[in-house]
Amino acid sequence: MAATGPSSTETLERVRAGLAARYRRERRFRLFGAASAILGLLFVLMLFVSIFSNGYSAFWQTQVKLDIYFDPEVIDPGATGEPQVIGKANFDKVVRGALYDLFPDVSGRQERRDLKRLVSAGAGFELREQVLADPALVGQTRTLWLPADDEVDMLVKGYIDRDLPEASRRLKDRQIAWIDALAEKGLVERQFNAAFFTTGDSREPELAGIGGAIKGSFFMLVVTLILSFPLGVAAAVYLEEFAPKNRWVDLIEVNINNLAAVPSIVFGLLGLAVFINFFGLPRSAPVVGGLVLTLMTLPTVIIASRAAIKSVPPSVREAALGVGASAMQTVFHHVIPLAMPGMLTGAIIGMARALGESAPLLMIGMIAFIVEVPETPLDPATALPVQIYLWADSPERAFVERTSAAIIVLLAFLLVMNGLAIWMRKKFERRW
Amino acid sequence: MRLSTLLLILTVMAIAAFMLGRRRSIQVAGGYGAIRTLHSLPKYYGYYVAIWCGVPGLLLFGLWLSFGDALIMGRVVASLPEQLRDLPDAQLSLVVNDIKNMAAGQFMNPQRGAEIAVAADLYNSLRVSARWILSGLIVALGLAGSGLAWTRLRPELRARNRVEGIVKLGLILASTVAILTTIGILLSVLFEAIRFFQKIPMTDFLFGLTWSPQTALRADQVGSSGSFGAIPLFTGTLLISAIAMLVAMPLGLMTAIFLSEYATPRVRAWVKPALEILAGVPTVVYGYFAALTVGPLLGDLGALLGLDVASESALGAGLVMGIMIIPFVSSLSDDVINAVPQAMRDGSYGLGATQSETIKHVVLPAALPGIVGGALLAVSRAIGETMIVVMAAGLAANLTANPLEAVTTVTVQIVTLLVGDQEFDSAKTLAAFALGLVLFIVTLLLNVVALRVVRKYREQYE
Amino acid sequence: MDTAEQAYDMTNIEKAETVPPRPDPGPEPAVVQFAPEAEPAEQEVAEERAEYDTIGDVTAKDAVMTVRDCNVFYGDNHALQHVNLDVGRNEVVALIGPSGCGKSTFIRCLNRMNDTIETARVTGEIRLHGDDINSRETDVVLLRARVGMVFQKPNPFPKSVYDNVAYGPKLHGLASNRTELDEIVERSLLRAGLWDEVKDRLDDPGTGLSGGQQQRLCIARTIAVDPEVILMDEPCSALDPIATAKIEDLIDELAQNYAIAIVTHSMQQAARVSQRTAYFHLGKLIEVDSTDKVFTNPGHRLTEDYVTGRFG
Repeated sequence: MAATGPSSTETLERVRAGLAARYRRERRFRLFGAASAILGLLFVLMLFVSIFSNGYSAFWQTQVKLDIYFDPEVIDPGATGEPQVIGKANFDKVVRGALYDLFPDVSGRQERRDLKRLVSAGAGFELREQVLADPALVGQTRTLWLPADDEVDMLVKGYIDRDLPEASRRLKDRQIAWIDALAEKGLVERQFNAAFFTTGDSREPELAGIGGAIKGSFFMLVVTLILSFPLGVAAAVYLEEFAPKNRWVDLIEVNINNLAAVPSIVFGLLGLAVFINFFGLPRSAPVVGGLVLTLMTLPTVIIASRAAIKSVPPSVREAALGVGASAMQTVFHHVIPLAMPGMLTGAIIGMARALGESAPLLMIGMIAFIVEVPETPLDPATALPVQIYLWADSPERAFVERTSAAIIVLLAFLLVMNGLAIWMRKKFERRW
Repeated sequence: MRLSTLLLILTVMAIAAFMLGRRRSIQVAGGYGAIRTLHSLPKYYGYYVAIWCGVPGLLLFGLWLSFGDALIMGRVVASLPEQLRDLPDAQLSLVVNDIKNMAAGQFMNPQRGAEIAVAADLYNSLRVSARWILSGLIVALGLAGSGLAWTRLRPELRARNRVEGIVKLGLILASTVAILTTIGILLSVLFEAIRFFQKIPMTDFLFGLTWSPQTALRADQVGSSGSFGAIPLFTGTLLISAIAMLVAMPLGLMTAIFLSEYATPRVRAWVKPALEILAGVPTVVYGYFAALTVGPLLGDLGALLGLDVASESALGAGLVMGIMIIPFVSSLSDDVINAVPQAMRDGSYGLGATQSETIKHVVLPAALPGIVGGALLAVSRAIGETMIVVMAAGLAANLTANPLEAVTTVTVQIVTLLVGDQEFDSAKTLAAFALGLVLFIVTLLLNVVALRVVRKYREQYE
Repeated sequence: MDTAEQAYDMTNIEKAETVPPRPDPGPEPAVVQFAPEAEPAEQEVAEERAEYDTIGDVTAKDAVMTVRDCNVFYGDNHALQHVNLDVGRNEVVALIGPSGCGKSTFIRCLNRMNDTIETARVTGEIRLHGDDINSRETDVVLLRARVGMVFQKPNPFPKSVYDNVAYGPKLHGLASNRTELDEIVERSLLRAGLWDEVKDRLDDPGTGLSGGQQQRLCIARTIAVDPEVILMDEPCSALDPIATAKIEDLIDELAQNYAIAIVTHSMQQAARVSQRTAYFHLGKLIEVDSTDKVFTNPGHRLTEDYVTGRFG
């Protein structure tokens, strides 16, 4: 190529000389970029794999099949039929009896105690509920599936290493032998764990469920939605449509943006000081949690609603005003309905964030150990993320499984909510 | 009468008022044919009467919900025998709690059982009669209000303007909730923090080097006073936040660059939402991930290298927090990078710059203010993040810069101090609010500066 | 010199490794595209070609760049259709035409700026001193160092005046030390007629200059890389008349050393600065001729309508 222009050969040679190194740098930079994105994706993958591999098994629970003889001697010696008498009866003994019948040659005190431990402490409660519901059971024999103890559950699910020395595992050799014997007879089975979704918390992992926490979270979200959506929309309407441009309105705007970035735990401090200590609302109640989460999600809802209102073109307002509607009528008849999908999307995203929030709830006492499933928003309750936090602290292996399972449920809820928001945005998105 | 019943009655009354008002407006106009003589549509007269019926009652109801209990308790406390009434504030609040518990039928305090039982009875009976008085007042207010409005209905009454004015007032009030929240945060935290600083000098708190808030039960025990030097908490917070930022800044920024400058639209359409999943995962899940997976992993890794890594090391918490912040940094950077005008890039390409040279020498310098703003917001998030550190960082207030050791943070201590049984006056509880004040001020400053920087930057290219 | 040559060799080796050698280096594929005699429907193609014939002489005496049968597609939109045009040494070619006629699209083909638009596709043969710039061997970085560009809106980098001009030379390694770089910067600013105005504030941000100064800074930035061809995409459209006059003088001067192609909306400007003028209409090159001829005696009705101001 002849260097005919002013561009001397020397210049070209110089540019050429640097090219290789420059392209190497280009490739390196590009590689860094791709590597960071891949690393990010890997983190997502690792997080999900770690949670799922630990948690999926909790949706099944090991059950033991026992021939239960509802011994009248134990349950209701006087044959009174009174619920008070039956309610106080020692149903553990009934369960024990069934176990001893299966292994007649187990005799020693310690041995028998070990044998008894194969079945959950909750089995007795379950039997009591059955008898209270149907007193005619007394004196009969029924074949029932009863929940196994959490350690048995862990062994059956393969989380306990049989090769460990006996002293360093929580099941003794003979217990393992009994379980194997039961399994051989087909008396041990893993069944779908429906109780996990309906019961409240418990100290016994095999009895602990997320029913109470889900209901607590539900009450809280209802309170949050009822309060934050109308308030947020109203505030957004005022700021977008009616507010004059002055310093006070500027202050409100700056303030909303800042509130969106205030750490959530600070909202918890506010809830503790104002709602509980000042107004005397009950601790641990979903109502208070809902109030705190309302204040926390309000900025999100306001910001999203303002964006939605802003996207309604001025021509719509001019048209309405032109036919003689008042400013208020224009807003309520035209602007709000047109902006509604966007505002709802913002509200759902705000709710999803509120559902995952736990730090402020710790401050207002929603961290208590609560067995009962709450009936009203004023009952003490906990929330799903807080339940996860509580279980995460428990040492039993079985709680690791339950914690992960609770996380799976929480993530599923969040996925559904965010999916709904995305779907709504896609469906109702309008290009003006 | 239950409160829900009361609300129901009020609603029914308001609906009735609406219908009456509407009818009346048609009447005063002179029948259906003459509706045109009305200033507003009949329904606005209905709303007008309904508002006069319901709003005063609702206001009273709200006031009662906020302050009624305190009023009643004041009466009850006044009726207590002298030796109880004259107790110091802290103990008096315990007595008040006992009274409430007993009134709710929850449990008996064996001490001073009799006096408290009397007070609880009084409390309950006062509450019942107060409810009745309240209900009567609300119904009366509703009737009076709607009656007054009803008699004032004239065709020339500007009902729509009145109603719209009230609605607008409601909108304005809704928009001030955000301000009230900020004021509420500031007052509640400030108030308790000032009480804390009356017990512990502010300089001890801000510059003290030891943190051990465990106050002893008896005054003569060793270390009974507790020690509230917050420096180890501040350094711990900074250490973990710094690790988080070291992870999140390069990864988030490079991811944003890759996605906005290099990735094909198809790759971007898949990778971006996948990474945004990270932003939607609740922090408690990250905390659990840190404690369950990352902590042990780091321990094993450390053992392999012959390092002693604490099971709740600052490194583990910081790493996971960094992962949490990646999507935050990357989406903010993405916005900022996309705001750099294409003309700027074209100028660089036109000179023969490669893509990476353009990014490094033109796009990033142009986007720098925005990126710095985003980084400040990310720091503020890291400092305020609670669940990850509560679950994955320790409680030991070590003053160290070694990321392999356990440190504690401001948020961890707030949670520890306030979770569980607490008396509201002890220095231990109040210390949490002092820490909260520091946290609020620091994050507020970061946010204000960051938002201002980002806004300035956006304006520059608009 | 030795080291430079070694480096040059190294780059060749590097390239040989990274770009797989083509199996048959004989006939250029782009040539085949330009002369599609091999096509079965020869007749049809020829007819279609006739429709795109341009009035006037598309060639230049001493051509630096030659463009043959250039097409640009934005997605499905055929934005530039079968354009042939040369850009000669020491001449200014003005590209005129109504908005959306493809003149900016055309100029962006000449240094492959269309690469930055994801949906854009360019076909045809564009040669710089005989090298096909769209071929795979062509290094776009090198190409843009040889074919510089000045944009419609002044777009100085958010850097100091000095760094704006030094940016290109630094990238390409044109200066081996600070003194050389200083010389390049001073020379470029002098040539762009900006030196006297900015020599005392070289460290001030380039964005702080006035619009006209910014545009001259962008020209200085372009000539600092020492290109052969300068492309200008409506360089004066954002400037006031005085700044425009300065730039036009500058273009006149630069034409002594460079080949210049300038897109302009202003016919007066085209008449003032260019030796040849090309008229584009709806993606087609309608007419090319000496500027005098185009403005005084256009050969096509469309050209006549445009230059006489009947539309545009």
